[in-house]
Parts: sequence; structure tokens; C-alpha cells
Amino acid sequence: MSAAPVPAKPAAAGPWLDQPAARALMRRHRLRWWEALPWLAAIGFYFAFPDYLGFGSELLIAILFALSLDLALGYAGIITLGHAAFFGTGAYTVGLLAFHGIWTEPITSLILAALAAAVVGLASGLVLLRTRGLTLLMLTICTMALLEQAANMARDITGGFDGLPSLPIAPVFGVFEFSPLYANTQFLYSLAVLLLCFAFVRTLVYSPFGQSLTGIRENILRMHAVGSPVRRRLVICYAISAALAGVAGGLWAQTNAYVNLSVLDLDRAATVLIVLILGGYGRLYGAFVGAVVYLALAHFLARFYPTAWQLGLGVLLVLIALFARNGILGLGETLLRRYTARRAAP
Amino acid sequence: MDLVSNFAGILLGGLSAGTVLFIVSVGLSVTMGLMGFVNLAHGAFAMFGGYVIVLAMNRAHVGFGLALALGFLATAALSVVLERLLYRRLYRANELDQVLFTIGLIFIFMAATILVVGPESQTLQLPPALGGQLNLGFIQYRTYSIFLIVVGFLIALGIWLAFERTRIGAQIRATVDNRRMAESLGINVDRLFTITFAFGSGMAGLGGGLGAEFLGLDPQYALKYLVYFLIAVSVGGLGSVLGVYYASLLLGVLDFVFKLYLPKGGTIFIYALTILLLLWRPQGLFGRKET
Repeated sequence: MSAAPVPAKPAAAGPWLDQPAARALMRRHRLRWWEALPWLAAIGFYFAFPDYLGFGSELLIAILFALSLDLALGYAGIITLGHAAFFGTGAYTVGLLAFHGIWTEPITSLILAALAAAVVGLASGLVLLRTRGLTLLMLTICTMALLEQAANMARDITGGFDGLPSLPIAPVFGVFEFSPLYANTQFLYSLAVLLLCFAFVRTLVYSPFGQSLTGIRENILRMHAVGSPVRRRLVICYAISAALAGVAGGLWAQTNAYVNLSVLDLDRAATVLIVLILGGYGRLYGAFVGAVVYLALAHFLARFYPTAWQLGLGVLLVLIALFARNGILGLGETLLRRYTARRAAP
Repeated sequence: MDLVSNFAGILLGGLSAGTVLFIVSVGLSVTMGLMGFVNLAHGAFAMFGGYVIVLAMNRAHVGFGLALALGFLATAALSVVLERLLYRRLYRANELDQVLFTIGLIFIFMAATILVVGPESQTLQLPPALGGQLNLGFIQYRTYSIFLIVVGFLIALGIWLAFERTRIGAQIRATVDNRRMAESLGINVDRLFTITFAFGSGMAGLGGGLGAEFLGLDPQYALKYLVYFLIAVSVGGLGSVLGVYYASLLLGVLDFVFKLYLPKGGTIFIYALTILLLLWRPQGLFGRKET
């Protein structure tokens, strides 16, 4: 035999391990150094801006809410304008339990909020996810409006339009009190919850389940063809996303110590959609970037120049829809790729 | 006797509200059916037309009829400009980008309205001929409501005839049914869409003016009634004129009844009914089933 000598390979690992594609795929879900940055920034914020911790916890909650939407919309491609339904369910679960003196312990309350929202998500997902496009969009809006009107009508229980004021929330671990003046506990508590939820979502989207969601988003026909249980996956994903939105809503109720109808309205659902798309959907960190940019602008501009803020936001949304389809992160990636391509070129 | 006139009063009130809903939504239904474009900014066109009409009457003292024509033309012209410059870039984009784009447009319209006209709500002064009561034999009712119902019926009839009997109507129906086939038969879908878009937006502007008397007119209008426009369109079925007409009238009457007998949160039934209906027929009452 005169064939060229074949280089020896480690037998156990298999020849495919040497493929660059295989290596890239295996490395895909490794932690990168920059993934620590958001958390370091949050801790830095805690020490640098002690007067803005209330705003900071609002920001963390917005990130969590946008992250929950990212799972349904960015990864599974479920187009919804009614995600506040689950945020509101979570908020009212915490609110009702605390206001009527049934349960005030914060961590278990959050778990109950997640469960309640997951039940609503599962029930509505089972029926809504048969439809697509405009019909699905309308059904999500109507489900949310239905819950909002129900909360409005059940005045005796939910306080109707005025909501439930001054909720008594027990201290975290029985030690750290929620003070209305100093939001230190609120901030750190929200940060810890966000970190846990983020770790969960990150694990989920890189799992086989998460990969199949991306497959459904990209090509639903092919996923049907390879025998993936498409509907069941979508419903489960919707329920998980709802549970996370419920946690965000519950956090919101605990840190603000009140609940009102605004947790269920179209405004909130539209805002979280804007936040997510602004940052870039289907990429985990879009929620972080979008929430920081949107809330910082909204907090400081909207207070002084409300009309100009609305106009500027409108123009920004139109520009993003026209030119930056993948949001700020997508734009950044494109620029980075161009830059490295130019440097690589001789 | 009292029961009859009560019933007739509710029916007339609901029908007139439903008529306005129809005039505003019909364009949305046809353009969505044609292009599948999720145009949430349709309510902003209605608001724009409404402002043109009301301001023309209040500030320039133009007559009611002329103001309505002005509102229609101004909105149609504006929509053509926006369609040529912006909308057409997004026809092939996914629904999410379309939603984002049109939400952006709504914000721009709302802010521009506040900047140009002001945040206060505008009132429409009806001409004296339409302001009084009309004796219908069995009931005295507001002349304007009767006027709206008649006008709405004529418009629905006119659009329906245009759809069924004219060449351009046939082209629209063909495109809604099967866009690719229509294009390969030589129908200029692009031009067709611009025409329909302009006409539909003009109708929305007209509806904004006609409904300003009881829906009010303020910078929040574009968002406030958006869900109602969308319900009318999705319940009626995309691209179906009769469907939107029936759905709007039904919605108007139901809304009127619920608000009268259940003033606190009666709208909950509207949403519940919409959900049930869309689950039963996802394509709407008169929509074609997707193949």
C-alpha cells in the first residue's frame, strides 16, 4: 500500500472532534470573561449611586421581564403583545397574599407568583398557540385585557382601579427589611433573583430543549418533519416564560409595596417588547442592554421633556425597524465583524 | 312601547358607534389582507384625519362636508408619502419589525399632535342640520346617529360593489386570495397596494372625524381605540369588507349594551367573546381559511 500515512488520532475522541465546526459548537455555551461585566456593573452601581437604588431595582426587574419575553419571543418566535398578563398575575399574586394578610414571606411569595403565572401561561398557551400571526397577536392582547378587566371588576378583592396600597412584605430571611426610604434590600434582593433566573434561562437555551425552540423559530416545517413535538415544546416554553414574567411581576410588587392595574395594561406589554427589541432579541444579553438604555433615557428625559421623549422614542423605533433589525447588540456585532474583517484584510 | 323604544335606542346607538368603527377599520382589513402588513399605526391615521377635520371646522370655519373631504384627502396624501418612503421597506420584514415600526409611528404622531396642536382634547361642532333629534315614528333619536348609520351603510355598499364589480376590486380579491398567482398574471400588486393603502387611510381619517363627536379626539386616540380596530378586523376576517362591516356593527352594539347594563368592566365580555370566536374560527368570520 502506497497511501500517504494517516496521522494518528486519539481513538476515544473520534475524528469529528478535530473539525473546527465541532469545536466551535462545543465552545458555544462556555462562559466568557465579559459575561461577568453586567454583574460587576450592578455591584459597582450599588456602591456608586446609593441614592438611585430604587431606580436600580426597577431596572433589574425590567431586565428580568424582558428576559422572560426573550425566551418566548426571541427563542421560540411566539409573537405576543400580551406578556404583561403574566407580569400582572405575578404581581397580583404577591399583592393579594400580602394585602389580605395570608402570606408575606418574600421568597416563597415569589415562587407562588411564578406558579400562578405558569398556570395562566400553560392554560392560555394550550389554546392560543394553535394560531399564528395576527390572530395570535390579537389573542394575546385580548387575554391580557381580559385579566385587566377582571382585576378591575373584582373591586372588593383587588381594589379595582386604585389597586392595593402599602403591602406588608416580611424581611428577606427574616433579617433584611424592605425600607421605603433606602432601597438597599430591594436592589440586592432583585439582583440575586435576576442572577438565579438568568442562570436558569442561560442553561435552558443552550440545552437540547432550547436548541429545539430555535429550530421551531427558524423552520417550523422541518421541526415537524424530524418528529419534534412542536406544539408541546411551544406550550412548555410559553409557560416557563410566563413563570419568569410572574417572578418579575412579584418582585415589582414587593419592591414597590403596591399593585395596581398598570401591571396588566397594554402600555407595559408594549414597553417590554420595545425594551427587548431595542437591545436585540434571541441573544440573552439583549434584555440587559435594552433595559439599561430605555430606562435610563426614559427616567431622565421623560421627566423633563415628556413630549420630546415620546417623539425621540418614536423616531428611534422606526430607525431600528428600518436599519438595525437586531437591535443595539446586533448593530454592535455587525460593526465588530466589519472591523475585524478590515483588520484581517491585508 | 317603552321596551320597544328602549331596545331601538340601544340598537341605534350601538349601530352608529359600530359604523364609525367600520369606516375606520375597513382600510386596515383590506391592506392587511393584501400585504399581511401588521399596521398598528392605522389608528394614528384616523387621529390625523380627525384633527384635520375638526381644526378645519373650528379654526378655518370650513363647512362640515368640505372638512370631511379635506380630512379624507389629507390623510390619503400623507399615507401615500409614508407608504412610498417607509412602509414599503418593511413588506418582507417579519411581523415583529412591522409591529415595532408602527408603534414608533404611533409615538411620533402622538408627540407631533401635542407639539403642533396641544395636549387638550378637541370637540367637534356639528352643523345645526345634524344636531337635533329626528322623529322616526316609533322613536325620537339623534339625527347625527341616524346620519352616521345611513352614511356607513352607503359606504359599505359602495365599497362592496367596487370590490365585486370593478376591475380593481377583482384584482384586490385575486391578490388577497393568492398573491403569487396574481402577480404572475400581470397584476401590479405594488401599485394596487398603494391605491388601497391611500384609500383605506383616507377612510380612517374620515372615520376619525365622523366619530370625534362621541369618541372624542385627543393625542391618545391612536392608542386608545387600537384594540377595538384590531378586534373588528380580526373578527371580521382579513380582506373581507362585509366581514368588517358585520363585525364592527356587532362590536358596536355589544359594547353599547354591556356599557349600559354593566358600567363597571362590561368590556370583559367583549374580550371573552373575541377570544372564543377567534379560537373557533382563527381566520375570522368571513376570512378565507389559510391553505
